[in-house]
Amino acid sequence: MKHLLGTKDMTREDAVLILDTAAQMAATQEREIRKLPTLRGKTVVNLFFEDSTRTRISFEAAAKRLSADVINFSAKGSSVSKGESLKDTALTLQAMGADAVVVRHWASGAAYQLAHGGWLHGSVLNAGDGTHEHPTQALLDAFTARKHLVGDPAGKGLDGLHIAIVGDVLHSRVARSNVHLLTTLGARVSLVAPPTLLPVGMGPWPVDVFHSLDDALDAADVDAVMMLRVQRERMTGGGSAFFPSPEEYTRLFGLDGDRMARLPEHTIVMHPGPMNRGLEISAEAADSPRSVIVEQVANGVAVRMAALYLLLAGEEQA
Amino acid sequence: MSDAFVIKGASLYGDTVRDVAVVDGVIVESAPASAVVIDADGLVLLPGLVDAHTHLREPGREDAETIETGSRAAARGGYAAVYAMANTNPVADTAGVVEQVWSRGREIGLVDVFPVGAVTVGLKGEHLSEMGAMAHSRARVRCFSDDGVCVYDPVIMRRALEYVKSFDGVVIQHAQDLRLTQGSQMHEGEVSAELGLAGWPAVAEESIVARDVLLAGHVGSRVHVQHVSTAGSVDIIRWAKSRGINVTAEATPHHLLLTHEEAKTYNPLFKVNPPLRTSEDVEALRDGLADGTIDIVATDHAPHASEDKDCEWAAASFGMLGLETALGVLQQVMVDSGRMTWRDVARVMSETPARIGRVEDQHGRPLEPGEPANLTLVDPKAAWTVEPAALASRARNTPYAGRELPGRAVATFLRGVPTHLDTRFEGVFA
Repeated sequence: MKHLLGTKDMTREDAVLILDTAAQMAATQEREIRKLPTLRGKTVVNLFFEDSTRTRISFEAAAKRLSADVINFSAKGSSVSKGESLKDTALTLQAMGADAVVVRHWASGAAYQLAHGGWLHGSVLNAGDGTHEHPTQALLDAFTARKHLVGDPAGKGLDGLHIAIVGDVLHSRVARSNVHLLTTLGARVSLVAPPTLLPVGMGPWPVDVFHSLDDALDAADVDAVMMLRVQRERMTGGGSAFFPSPEEYTRLFGLDGDRMARLPEHTIVMHPGPMNRGLEISAEAADSPRSVIVEQVANGVAVRMAALYLLLAGEEQA
Repeated sequence: MSDAFVIKGASLYGDTVRDVAVVDGVIVESAPASAVVIDADGLVLLPGLVDAHTHLREPGREDAETIETGSRAAARGGYAAVYAMANTNPVADTAGVVEQVWSRGREIGLVDVFPVGAVTVGLKGEHLSEMGAMAHSRARVRCFSDDGVCVYDPVIMRRALEYVKSFDGVVIQHAQDLRLTQGSQMHEGEVSAELGLAGWPAVAEESIVARDVLLAGHVGSRVHVQHVSTAGSVDIIRWAKSRGINVTAEATPHHLLLTHEEAKTYNPLFKVNPPLRTSEDVEALRDGLADGTIDIVATDHAPHASEDKDCEWAAASFGMLGLETALGVLQQVMVDSGRMTWRDVARVMSETPARIGRVEDQHGRPLEPGEPANLTLVDPKAAWTVEPAALASRARNTPYAGRELPGRAVATFLRGVPTHLDTRFEGVFA
């Protein structure tokens, strides 16, 4: 693996390798001394064109625990004020000798362009590009689900499991990456959203679609429910709101205590964070023992360690 | 340079082989013995091409293109005339600006530059511009368009359609529902769903096309639809024509060749407005062009400075170059596939575009004695690979870089003056 840009073209073999490596990384994090010397002398740049403290510190922790040197590079700029160009930034990072660039960008495709623009030679890790992909989030979701729902998980996928993804699929890079990855790993995926928050043209996606959470829960038992964050700006916007009111959204798509009670005993509740408590998820659901939301954060570090390790150390061993 | 020459051995319209003699810029029965001979064996002679949709960027963005570089690109592509769109800075919404563009075109003399006037002041869609003043200026403007922006308000569109009748003008519409396309980046469909790029739905074009043909029918005016990109628009235009509505329509070479699949590399060279669509749409456009529903091919030549394309997809400008590649693309898509003849090419790239802009007294004329010698010689066997750096345009944003096209214009004449000559003719006019 040279780059990690998305899960769309990821093979099952590669996905399982990352998850297995992440499990080993997680095990090292139980030790007294958690730092590994693996990436000593390597430089990892966190290039963030969009604020995301959570994702940035997760990657930073992962790189540091592998003994890499970490440079944080914040190049904010909206689609209106372009800010520093992607190309100039890439050339700067190349000049600084970055071995890997972790990029978060507001524009779909920015990670792909960075990897294929011919501007830099290092590995590119996509930490979320626009509304396109967020592969390490999907990998940590798959890792978390596998750990809880698959016995003796090493070497295995998610075969036979049923995972519901609920919310704003249209604008969600997390949903896109999860649809690709979870189905590649053998899971059945149901998308639950109002039609306004599903993309036109998703016909070929290998998923089932439901327009209320109750319908989805009626149709089949789910092993994991993944709640997506609803962005506040989707609710307003001069007559362009995607649904009539937050209350109606919560009624149809919110995960609350009643719906929790309908879930099978073993079903886990996931959320990529940050949560809108009271909107897509109630406090009762978020804080229930079946919620693995906090654990997802911890697993995120292990998965990102695995990704960095496989991209940067793997090639030398090969 | 000799005033008399004879083009020997070319097939006129790809049909009959006949020598064509030119003296003092006019086609004549026979050339004097001293006439220069152009060996055109195996070449196709067409009336000089007319592009009804060009952006020359001057005034305002001379870093992307100028009237001079754009004229040179046009001549190189086989064009003898171009209609220059109004979205310059300042906007071509006054007699002053259109006269400036027109006279600069004359000064350069490589193609006839016919300025298109803005329908509304500043392209803002709020107040009609002084179309009468532009029509009666030295530029004699007959085409009016807010191209780049749709004339969205139905009342303003209706008034414009009615108003231009007084000087036999035409309103040229960029059909795009603004509300349905806010922030849009590419065709809304399977590829946009996968790429996470905001969709530009086909209905946003079709609903405006439908509205405008109905309006044109209602007030008995002429309307021209720019860069038709969807199968639905072709159907609507076909229906409108069957009802006798006075509508004409254009397709661009890129919409006749490329699809939304190109966006998968996130290469902004493929970002264009309206966007590249599905292969079914491409097929419908080809059918429409072949059966006459689509009247003309126009380039929508849209030069952009490199920094406006060498960036994130969402930050990049819409548009691609077209003047130097249009003929090759049309040959590949329509002629070599047997769907059109060179006679048809003359119709869709010269005669009808000249008629739409009411310059048919000067352009798109028959290849007959007494007619102005606006001529294009095509070598249908001169396959070439598109190299951005070798283009005459100041900009480099061609989507065809590295692509092979089957043929090209090897000579262009404007009123008998060679404005483009292939290296094979070097020294002929010395």
